[in-house]
Amino acid sequence: MKTRLQRLLPLAGAALLYGVILLLMATKVLPRSYQQMLPTICTYIIMAVSLNLVVGFLGDLSLGHAAFYAVGAYVGGMILRYLTAIPFGVRVIVAIAAAAAVAFVIGGAFLYFVRKLHGDYLAIVTLAFGEFVRSIVKIIPGTGGSAGLTDIPTIAAGAFPIKYIKAFSWSYVIMVISIFLIVNLIRSRHGRAIMAVRDNSIAAASVGINVSRCRIVTFAIAALFAGIAGVLYAANTAAVNPADFDYNVSIEVLVMVVLGGMGNIGGSIIATIILVALPKVLLDAAQYRLLIYAIALIAMMMLNANPRFTAFKRRVSEKTSKFVKSLGRGRD
Amino acid sequence: MAMLETKNLGISFGGLRAVDEFNLTVERGQLYGLIGPNGAGKTTVFNLLTGVYAPTTGGFFLEGKSLAGKTPLEINRCGIARTFQNIRLFKEMSVIDNVKVGLHNAANYSIFDGLFMLPRYAREEKELQTRARELLDVFGLDGERDYLASNLPYGKQRKLEIARALATSPKLLLLDEPAAGMNPQETAELMETICFVRDHFDMTILLIEHDMKLVSGICEQVTVLNFGTTLAQGQTAEVLADPRVVRAYLGE
Ligand SMILES: Nc1ncnc2c1ncn2[C@@H]1O[C@H](COP(=O)(O)OP(=O)(O)OP(=O)(O)O)[C@@H](O)[C@H]1O
Ligand SMILES: [Mg+2]
Repeated sequence: MKTRLQRLLPLAGAALLYGVILLLMATKVLPRSYQQMLPTICTYIIMAVSLNLVVGFLGDLSLGHAAFYAVGAYVGGMILRYLTAIPFGVRVIVAIAAAAAVAFVIGGAFLYFVRKLHGDYLAIVTLAFGEFVRSIVKIIPGTGGSAGLTDIPTIAAGAFPIKYIKAFSWSYVIMVISIFLIVNLIRSRHGRAIMAVRDNSIAAASVGINVSRCRIVTFAIAALFAGIAGVLYAANTAAVNPADFDYNVSIEVLVMVVLGGMGNIGGSIIATIILVALPKVLLDAAQYRLLIYAIALIAMMMLNANPRFTAFKRRVSEKTSKFVKSLGRGRD
Repeated sequence: MAMLETKNLGISFGGLRAVDEFNLTVERGQLYGLIGPNGAGKTTVFNLLTGVYAPTTGGFFLEGKSLAGKTPLEINRCGIARTFQNIRLFKEMSVIDNVKVGLHNAANYSIFDGLFMLPRYAREEKELQTRARELLDVFGLDGERDYLASNLPYGKQRKLEIARALATSPKLLLLDEPAAGMNPQETAELMETICFVRDHFDMTILLIEHDMKLVSGICEQVTVLNFGTTLAQGQTAEVLADPRVVRAYLGE
């Protein structure tokens, strides 16, 4: 069992990484187009890690994660846009808190109503829910309807590279906090209950786990983080449109989770970075992005089915965990 | 008051009367056997007692409290824990985490405590770790605590299921064929462990088993089921010598 101090170690790593990226940005070693991409990566990482909570740890298939992303983007976007009486810094915090709370409630309420559904049936309902949220948003006053919400005050102001450094910095901080909290959840008794429900819900109930409640809370928490990602999106792009949240987004995020490995947080992060960055890297090939996804997905599936590859992966992860353990030895 | 009492417990699946007029009294601290040929309805009795199925007739009582119609979750919280004939471990979780899931309700810290690793989380997790290791120790599994549950050999998986059930601090423990798939040596060890659990945890145990050596070795009383009805009931040695029981097992 890792001590609390050891669990804080990755935060130090994250701070170090932040410093390195900042240096690359300030010195313009990292080209403009890549600097621009960083907030998107942070946003998508929160989406992928939170969806992994549902798909990888709880074992329920969700095809509607974008619904909660949309909820967060609109709630946050509208607060930033309309509550101009509040100082901007405070407004950002209010926007995040409100988006998180609304997404949490909607995510929990959604699963409460469909808690009897599992597997494919649940997947279809989540897909429908995503589209439902998108169309509801259009008729709510103040959202800008089909044209979308524009002129959202953005954090990213100033000249290059200051503008991108600002956008990246707050996105990064929120991403790190989100991942940290999700990892902590998984390592708690509630996280074990979530995985128990995934592995065998009958046995989980037989040892006193409230399976329905566990699923509802997990969906709510995953929605909460998707809502926070939505605020990042709204505040970084300054405009949100219902078209930004169609089911393709849910599928894209799901692909990141599947590629990175179900129940593997680090995998989700790496897969997200690759999938967001890849189209930029292969700039001209951007129109083939979905094709690349498909090929990558099939390749990974085939690789994962290969016993030699899985053995290799296990060896690597054992080595890494040994290394991490050796880092923590002698402390605390 | 008896630990467990069933009154005319019965259930039908469509036209099939899987369990009929099932009456049983298990006293506190007893080691009680439930035996019978394949398909006799033994597992169905366990499923009734743990709320997997709701009885179509009759009821049952734990220390006088009626539990019929309650959900598996409620019944576990009232004090009945079980193992499964077809092992149901949390396969992708470590051995110790399987036990810790059983200890879920032994801790009180909130999601919030866990999210921010607050002192209460740290303190209670430490306690859980100690308690889980103590339980694993009883079953000789402490050395394998970081293995994935699915990587344990079959016999140890059965033991882990018992440890997990015990982790919920039940009053009554139901074991569905705990020795299935074990060799004679493992079975002998298991018999000792079951007796140890009964004495050490002051447990009442009702177990289903086909291995007559185990049943005659540790069960004080047995009930024999056949085609859903009770064929015989009483002291183990007498019941096993009953010609009707022998006939039910060997066929006419
Ligand atoms: N859910 C169900 N639906 C329909 N029939 C069922 C159901 N569960 C059990 N049965 C039937 O009830 C009967 C008793 O089954 P049960 O599993 O209780 O037997 P058992 O005594 O545990 O047998 P074994 O020793 O093989 O484990 C069998 O005929 C079985 O097919
Ligand atoms: Mg059975």
